[in-house]
This record gives sequence, C-alpha cells and structure tokens, in this order.
Amino acid sequence: MLLDYFHVLMMILVAGCFVPLILFFGKFLRPSKPYSEKLTTYECGEEPVGNAWIQFNLRFYSLAILFIIFEVEIALIFPVFLIYKDQVSASFSLGSVLLFGELIFFVGILILGLAYAWVKRDLDWIRSVRIQ
Amino acid sequence: MESLSIFLHNLTQQTLPLWIFVLLSIVLILFLITLPFAGFATYLERKVSADIQARIGPNRVGPYGLLQFIADGIKLILKEDIIPTASDKIFFRMAPMIVIIGSFSMFVIIPFAQKIVIADLNIGVLYILAMGSFVALGTIMGGWASNNKWSLLGGMRSAASVISYEIPAALALLNVILVSGSMSFGHIVDQQKFFNWNLFHNPFLFISFFIYFISALAEVNRTPFDIPEADSELVGGYHTEYSGMRFALFFLAEYADIFVICAVATAAFLGGWHVPFLNYENIAEGVQLPLQFIITLTKILVLFYVVMWLRWTLPRYRVDQLLGLCWKFLTPLSFLMVILTSMWMLCFGGRSFYGIIIGFFS
Repeated sequence: MLLDYFHVLMMILVAGCFVPLILFFGKFLRPSKPYSEKLTTYECGEEPVGNAWIQFNLRFYSLAILFIIFEVEIALIFPVFLIYKDQVSASFSLGSVLLFGELIFFVGILILGLAYAWVKRDLDWIRSVRIQ
Repeated sequence: MESLSIFLHNLTQQTLPLWIFVLLSIVLILFLITLPFAGFATYLERKVSADIQARIGPNRVGPYGLLQFIADGIKLILKEDIIPTASDKIFFRMAPMIVIIGSFSMFVIIPFAQKIVIADLNIGVLYILAMGSFVALGTIMGGWASNNKWSLLGGMRSAASVISYEIPAALALLNVILVSGSMSFGHIVDQQKFFNWNLFHNPFLFISFFIYFISALAEVNRTPFDIPEADSELVGGYHTEYSGMRFALFFLAEYADIFVICAVATAAFLGGWHVPFLNYENIAEGVQLPLQFIITLTKILVLFYVVMWLRWTLPRYRVDQLLGLCWKFLTPLSFLMVILTSMWMLCFGGRSFYGIIIGFFS
C-alpha cells in the first residue's frame, strides 16, 4: 500500500531531477552569447509595448467557480460509485433501489446547478446585455 | 496486480534491496517507453501528415528518415537557451519542470501488461485526473512567467480548456468505475477478458468512450482543440518565449500526455491487453508478458494514429465554441450517461450487454 505511493514519490523525484540534469549537460554543448536585443520579449519583431502583466477580463471566471463546485462534487461521489456494482449485482433488493435513488438525487442537484448557470447565461463567452 | 519492481525483485531472488528495483522500474519505463515514444511520435507525426497531404515527409536522415528525431534532439540541445530579461526568472525555469513532473508521473499507473506497471494504485482513475490538471499548472505558469502577450493568452486559454474538459472526462471515467467497481486500472483491465470490453458493456459506455476521447484531446491541447498554441493566432502560445532544450521539454511532455490519454482509453475502455479468442491461461509463461505488452502497445498506437489523423482533418475550434461544446453539450450528455449506466446496472444486475446475450442462449 505505502510501497505504491513510494513509487509515485520516486517518479516525481526522477522527473524532477531529469530536467535540471538535461539542462546542465546541455550547458557544455550549447552556445551562450546573449545581447540585449536577443533577450527582449518577442512581439512580431517590433519593440514590445508595455508589460504583459496587466489586468484583463477573464471571460471564464464564472466557469472556473463552476468547475471547482463540479470537481469537488465528482470527487465526493467517487466512493458511492465504487460500491455501487457490488450492491447492485448481489440481488435486486430495496437497498440497491435506495442507493440508486440517492445517487440520482445527488447527481440531480448537480444538473440543477448546471441548468441554473445555463439559464443565467454564465456559460456564454460573450454575455448579451438585454435591453429592459 | 504485481508491480514491475516486485516482479524484478522476486526474479533476482530478493538479493538486492527493493528501492533499487523501484528506481530501476521507473527508469526502464521512462527510458524504454516514454522517451523513445515521444521522440518517435514527432517523426510519426511528420510522416503521417506528409502522407495525408500527399507529400514525402522526412527521408534524409537514416533509412526512411527514421533517425530524424535523433537529429532533431541533437539540434535542440545545441541551441542557445534564451531567458528574456522581462520574464519572471524563477517561474520561467520552473514551468518545464512542472510540466515534465506532471506528465511523467502519470506513467506510474499505466498498465502495459500483467506485471509491467510501475505501481497499480488503488485510486488510479482519480490519480490520472489529478495529475492531468497538474500539467495545466505548468503551462499556465510558463505562459504567465514569459511576460509576453501571446504567452499570457495561450496560458489563459489553456486554463479555460483544461478546467472545462476535466469534468466530462471525469464523468466519462465514472461510468467505467460504475461497471468495474474499482478505480485500479489493473482490476479494470482484468474484468475485460475476451470481448467483455467496457466499450461494449452497454450502449452508454460506448458513447462515454467518445466523450472521454474528445475531452482528453481538449485537455492535452490537440487539434481541433489546440487553441492554447494556435500558431495562426498566437504565434506559439504558451511556449513562444521558450527556446532550445526547454522548448523540447514542453514538446516531450505534450507527446507523453497524448501517449497517456491513449493508454488510459485503452485500459479503461478497450480492454487493455485482452482481445477476443485469446486466453492467456493457455499461453506459456514466458510468452505471456511480451504478447500482452505488444497488444497493449498496438492499441495505443492505433489510438495515437487517430489523434494525428484528426489533427490533419479538422479545423480549429474558436475559443467560445470550445467552451460551449464542453458546457452545453458534453457535460449534460455525460451526466445523462452516468444516470443511464447506473440504471442499466440496476436493471440487469450489473451484467454486460454481451453477458445478457450469452445468458439467453444458455
């Protein structure tokens, strides 16, 4: 059990060492002749205008919030889905119907949330302004 | 399922400490599968695109241009490493590392054969989803740190597509968990013997496969969803400022990601190493593993060919269409599939379509 996660840890370490190592060995092979024009930001050959770290309109702001809600709820229903097969394939009982009902209820709330966001036009990239 | 490290450990009568084999299994998978595949994929991509556009493609380096990717690699390592003065130096250096960590660590749970898997985690599906978003973190970081307008837009678009398509992908994989009752890829593959592929378990899983494949394509930013690096609009997208080896690392991670999504689709829906009319119990022990490995790899390569084929067939989506497709079509559809699959499981007691037909005749 813990051994499995040891593999993951080692993989992250190996991958993390791979990048600096390959860049380190490359250092002996590649040229390094920087000058100020070469180090400017690329902007189609022109002098770069201003900074790129500006405030700009993140169109998918509400989608990002929706994403967090959905992702958390999906993570929450994973365990229910895991036991679902064993419950259902044993025999057709009231318990399995109840489990199905609970599952539908939970997923139904999620769908309702999606429908609400859809009606409120949060899923649109360009929000049309209605003239009152 | 036994992992590769324990298999090798037992093979050598446990004379050496286990951690050496853990490291060895990781290095074996990375340097014998991931890196050669990522290199070969660039050659394959150029050759297939040439074929589709009625050109010849690379044919100068080695027979049929087969050594082209080695020449490309040497070229990239000899290129100067440029870090713009205006960029955020720390994040600029960190971004390729995070992308590589994310995409390499997904290889931990990919089952190539019965014993050729680094570690068969019992939360495999959840792990794949988590690490898949980790890669996006690197692309956003690279896009922001470059301090370049193209890169910033590319990184933000990447964020938008990844957070949107994560949901249909997760819901499509939920269907697989529903019919397998397990999150470990080893168990999921074991349950798909002969023709019991999850793809044909019931009609809703068949649709789920396509939902997963489309969403996964969007997650790894492949055409028709490659808006983060749309070269006609954004020059190079999030890696505009990267050059030489750092650029190569981004590309390596991208091809590794495509390999991962094809491998996950193979293991979750296409039966892994199981094919009809082939019973592994009747096959000699020594042949089993290579045969399983070759079958899995063939399925992955077929899916990879489909990915490339799509790239040269379909035009690129517009960014609002991309999000519209996800939230207004794929997400409701995948919710419907989850409900219908659970209904199927309830009505037929967890049996597959194939199992029901067999039940009629016996």
